[in-house]
Amino acid sequence: MATTAASRSRRPLTLDSMVRSALVGLFVVLMVVFILGPLLWLGVRAFAGNWTFPNLLPDDWTLRWWQVVINDGALGIAVQNSLFFAPLTVLVSAIICLPAAYAFARFDFPGRRFFLISLFATNAFPKMGLFVTLAALFYALNLMNSVLGILVVHVLGTVVFMTWIPAAAFAAVPRNLEEAARDAGASKLRVFASVTLPMALPGIIVAAVMSFLASFDEAQGTYLVGAPAFMTMPTQMYSLVLNYPTQVAAVFSILLAIPSVALMLAAHKHILGGQLAEGFQIK
Amino acid sequence: MTIHEPLTEPPASTTNPGTAASGGGLTIRGLHKVLGGRTIIDNLDLSVQEGELVSLLGPSGCGKTTTLRMIAGFLEPDSGSIEVEGQEVSHLGAENRPSAMVFQNYALWPHMTVAKNVGFPLKLRKMSKAEIKDRVEAVLELVSLLHHKDSKPARISGGEQQRVALARALVQEPKLLLLDEPLSNLDAKLRVKVREDIRKIQQELGITTVIVTHDQEEAMSMSDRIAVMNAGKIEQYSTPEALYARPETEFVATFIGSMNRLEGSLNNGLITAGPDILGIRPEDVILAAAPFAGAVPATVERVVPRGHFQEVYVRRADAQLRSFVSGELMQPGQQTYAGIRKAMTFRDGRLVAEAGAAL
Repeated sequence: MATTAASRSRRPLTLDSMVRSALVGLFVVLMVVFILGPLLWLGVRAFAGNWTFPNLLPDDWTLRWWQVVINDGALGIAVQNSLFFAPLTVLVSAIICLPAAYAFARFDFPGRRFFLISLFATNAFPKMGLFVTLAALFYALNLMNSVLGILVVHVLGTVVFMTWIPAAAFAAVPRNLEEAARDAGASKLRVFASVTLPMALPGIIVAAVMSFLASFDEAQGTYLVGAPAFMTMPTQMYSLVLNYPTQVAAVFSILLAIPSVALMLAAHKHILGGQLAEGFQIK
Repeated sequence: MTIHEPLTEPPASTTNPGTAASGGGLTIRGLHKVLGGRTIIDNLDLSVQEGELVSLLGPSGCGKTTTLRMIAGFLEPDSGSIEVEGQEVSHLGAENRPSAMVFQNYALWPHMTVAKNVGFPLKLRKMSKAEIKDRVEAVLELVSLLHHKDSKPARISGGEQQRVALARALVQEPKLLLLDEPLSNLDAKLRVKVREDIRKIQQELGITTVIVTHDQEEAMSMSDRIAVMNAGKIEQYSTPEALYARPETEFVATFIGSMNRLEGSLNNGLITAGPDILGIRPEDVILAAAPFAGAVPATVERVVPRGHFQEVYVRRADAQLRSFVSGELMQPGQQTYAGIRKAMTFRDGRLVAEAGAAL
């Protein structure tokens, strides 16, 4: 009795689950082809010697391209430049944007909404147009080919993240947690340091990571304002693609991805293991 | 038979809220607050004796929380003075006031452990680590939460969070303890236990305490005195017993306990038409199977069992009355006799007469 009932109810279930697993399988295959495929090709390409058309794998393997990249002085400088500008951009952006984010979150001042929306302005227009006007301005101000000029370009690209995300994080800190700290005897500065900032930290870290990556990947503006005096990794990519065999570009793009991936993994671990995962019970 | 006795003077228990307590405790004079063009607190006076527990009781929007926030220092009064133990505090920020507050939703810092939460006020006072540890453990012992000292607030129950919040306030050894709806987020069973705990600790420490609540039962069971608030004013400030037995205004009579509210006046046990408002407590409506002095024949219309008593709606020739009776469950349609033991008469919202019938 029980077995027949079970088999009768199982029949449509199997059909249903078959269709479902087929769809899932298709999805996975598409994901692999379109996401992992290019990465895989890139990985193989970086170690490829000759690779003739119909073959699935290269004819011979080599580390030559890695040597080319490592031995090329210009590329080393590009890495250095990138590792100089990205952290500096995050720092400057944080110094400028975090107080603004706090003000947006905690104070109601005239034009608050207007300013908040207008931060999107830099992202609302094609970047190249903005950079061309910026370049005209920079020529007048003698900022072309200068550290400050590049920094301005990079910071501009991070303003939206560095303001909106921390503003949301600050706004999410319940007021009465701050009041409780004041009641306990803390000065306003102490309340910020001991309660508001630690509670908003996950959001700030997310914003910092996104700013770092934005700066690390910024190419157009840096190229326009900084080249040829300051070449960063993405701008160097342009000349590589044009001047070297594609294998060198593959090696370089792998190198370019390493800091981003490392940072994403670290942030992921910190945020999931940190206070966000604790789950606030407090409204 | 029926005696009308005009109220000449308020009894001693209902002290004049304007009289300032000399020395200890809390004294508020002429507190006034307008928010968004609306008067929230209207020239309020309140004095709390040292070691006394006073409840601010009223419906939502009556200004009780606003008053508490002004005492704590989170809101600046437009005018008026607030004195704690003889020291004027209204110009001080919350961080410099000798009061400690327990927030409605506890406001524990989620990124700190229970011990860190409780120890934070002491850390700000630049105490040594060892002394902080001793004091924190002592106060956690007091609220029996020592075993949770290394837990994060999100990991403990609502009742435990409430006690952590209380411990964090008590560890500051405040001159004035403020509690904002301390029990409203707890379930009914826990509420009774926690309110007894709070009362016990408060009496042990002899700490001057102000509690804001909208729950009359909570206020009645914990307080030395209750200030019933309505529309930014104190309607009556007296002991729980006095508040129930001799409500000075119709608002207080309606808000505290329940009441049959009728238009008219009581003459020889009968309600006759008139301009006044008559307030009769349900327990003062006496039902009996046999006629008795002052009783009128009545029909039972509806019976609501309430556990240890029943709520009975009876229809007399002059009015419908609600009565609390104990004993055998009555039946709708049953014939009975209903008499009024005591009634309050209100004119323009104020108590003008109390009439008692010798039953």
